[in-house]
Amino acid sequence: MTDTPLLKVRDISKFYGARIGCQNVSFDLWPGEVLAIVGESGSGKTTLLNCLATRLMPTSGAVEYRMRDGQMRDLSRMSEAERRFLMRTDWGFVHQNPADGLRMAVSAGANVGERLMAVGERHYGNIRETAGSWLGRVEISVDRIDDQPRDFSGGMRQRLQIARNLVTSPRLIFMDEPTGGLDVSVQARLLDLLRGLVQDLGLSAIIVTHDLAVARLLSHRMMVMKDGLVIEQGLTDRVLDDPREAYTQLLVSSILQV
Amino acid sequence: MNTTDLATYNFAYLDEQTKRMIRRAILKAIAIPGYQVPFASREMPMPYGWGTGGVQVTAAILGPDDVLKVIDQGADDTTNAVSIRAFFQKVANVAVTTKTREATIIQTRHRIPEEKLTAGQTLVYQVPIPEPLRFLEPRETETRKMHALEEYGLMHVKLYEDIAKNGHIATTYAYPVKVEGRYVMDPSPTPKFDNPKMHRSEALQLFGAGREKRIYAVPPYTDVVSLDFEDHPFEIQTFDKPCALCGAKNVYLDEVVLDDRGGRMFVCSDTDHCEDRCANGHRGHLAYNKEAAE
Repeated sequence: MTDTPLLKVRDISKFYGARIGCQNVSFDLWPGEVLAIVGESGSGKTTLLNCLATRLMPTSGAVEYRMRDGQMRDLSRMSEAERRFLMRTDWGFVHQNPADGLRMAVSAGANVGERLMAVGERHYGNIRETAGSWLGRVEISVDRIDDQPRDFSGGMRQRLQIARNLVTSPRLIFMDEPTGGLDVSVQARLLDLLRGLVQDLGLSAIIVTHDLAVARLLSHRMMVMKDGLVIEQGLTDRVLDDPREAYTQLLVSSILQV
Repeated sequence: MNTTDLATYNFAYLDEQTKRMIRRAILKAIAIPGYQVPFASREMPMPYGWGTGGVQVTAAILGPDDVLKVIDQGADDTTNAVSIRAFFQKVANVAVTTKTREATIIQTRHRIPEEKLTAGQTLVYQVPIPEPLRFLEPRETETRKMHALEEYGLMHVKLYEDIAKNGHIATTYAYPVKVEGRYVMDPSPTPKFDNPKMHRSEALQLFGAGREKRIYAVPPYTDVVSLDFEDHPFEIQTFDKPCALCGAKNVYLDEVVLDDRGGRMFVCSDTDHCEDRCANGHRGHLAYNKEAAE
């Protein structure tokens, strides 16, 4: 690891009128680190994620990102063109609902290839080859390359969405409930895949989830949110095994033991 | 009462303020080749889809000395062409022609004449959907942003899909082009056969979309490059046979069904070009033979 963080978040707040989305959130994300943001519905997890990923403008606070040239840049001061370029090259965003992140009416191959074409790749054969190899990496059979995602199962769609995001070798991935709506065995496979990819590629990731098992499996560090505030943060194992705040204790004890 | 006392149409139907507004949009469009300029499209005495955009552009640039030609799929004698020509004869009393080289303004629906256009001529296209990205991205806010930031990766997604499905780029009309290295533009539903004619054309090319309220332009001598892949380069349609009437090769042909037993012929889609060649003694294999008929 280098001695500067990849993402520096300082006092991010987002208000919807008088209502609080999230308030005074600060943290650093280091290269190769996976951070989980947990909390119940309405606790501000997704608002925070959207503020970080520049999908929402925070009301106050600053997010700085270390670009590939090593410079720390304030995201809110970048031009829109730069931000959008960053989002489709150096970043990925995995939506809870794959239909939000995929183009449902174009083939799987084109979905994966879109980012390549967006950064100027103009060789059909190469695009197709790269798309095929990425489908393989996310365990989608290559003979499905010309099928549309609407013909895919939920788990396959989610894996396709991940391939689509990773094809430009981003350094940072945002994930909003990546396993939401999938059944348990499919979840387990997806988590396994994600864990492998994150490790192999040295990705940093910020994962929003209400599922503590996901946090336990994937993340190094976690933050617990309640009513827009971060009430506890620390190493994942520490927080889950030895929760300090009453609310975290409640959350941990609410996990169903089978 | 004298007929001159009766109220008549303003010259070329539109009022002068409207023409000014459209001319401004045209000037802006010429200044930014390929950029879609919004304009306050008027109701015209014809339904949307019949060339309301083209008619407004023509009305705004038409002068008493102009010679107007109107074509519909290359033909001077089909309904749309005849009606629009009659319209401008009535409301502007301008000279009309079917000869490409005599015309100063040519309003076209979906063809570029075979004869090379020259400096001083203006080609006015009728455009149904001006946005090349529309079928991939339904949001207007988003497509505008994509044009502004030159994010055209999506256009190649469409071509990729074509190759993946058909083995080659199967888009045959409204084939997207890049204008002067900047804006991606829909050349209106002309066959891609005509795309190379737009490149560095000597004539001014204006595009009017009435329902979508957009005007765009390609000034003379502007680069117009069809999008493609390195390993699947842009190609125009080819025909195995020459025109059945005039024997012309390397022109765009229409298929005409002759009977219900599979008989068909291929003839020039550009009627003026075909007639011109016939008058000069060129003969195809189905040409009308006067001596044989007598």
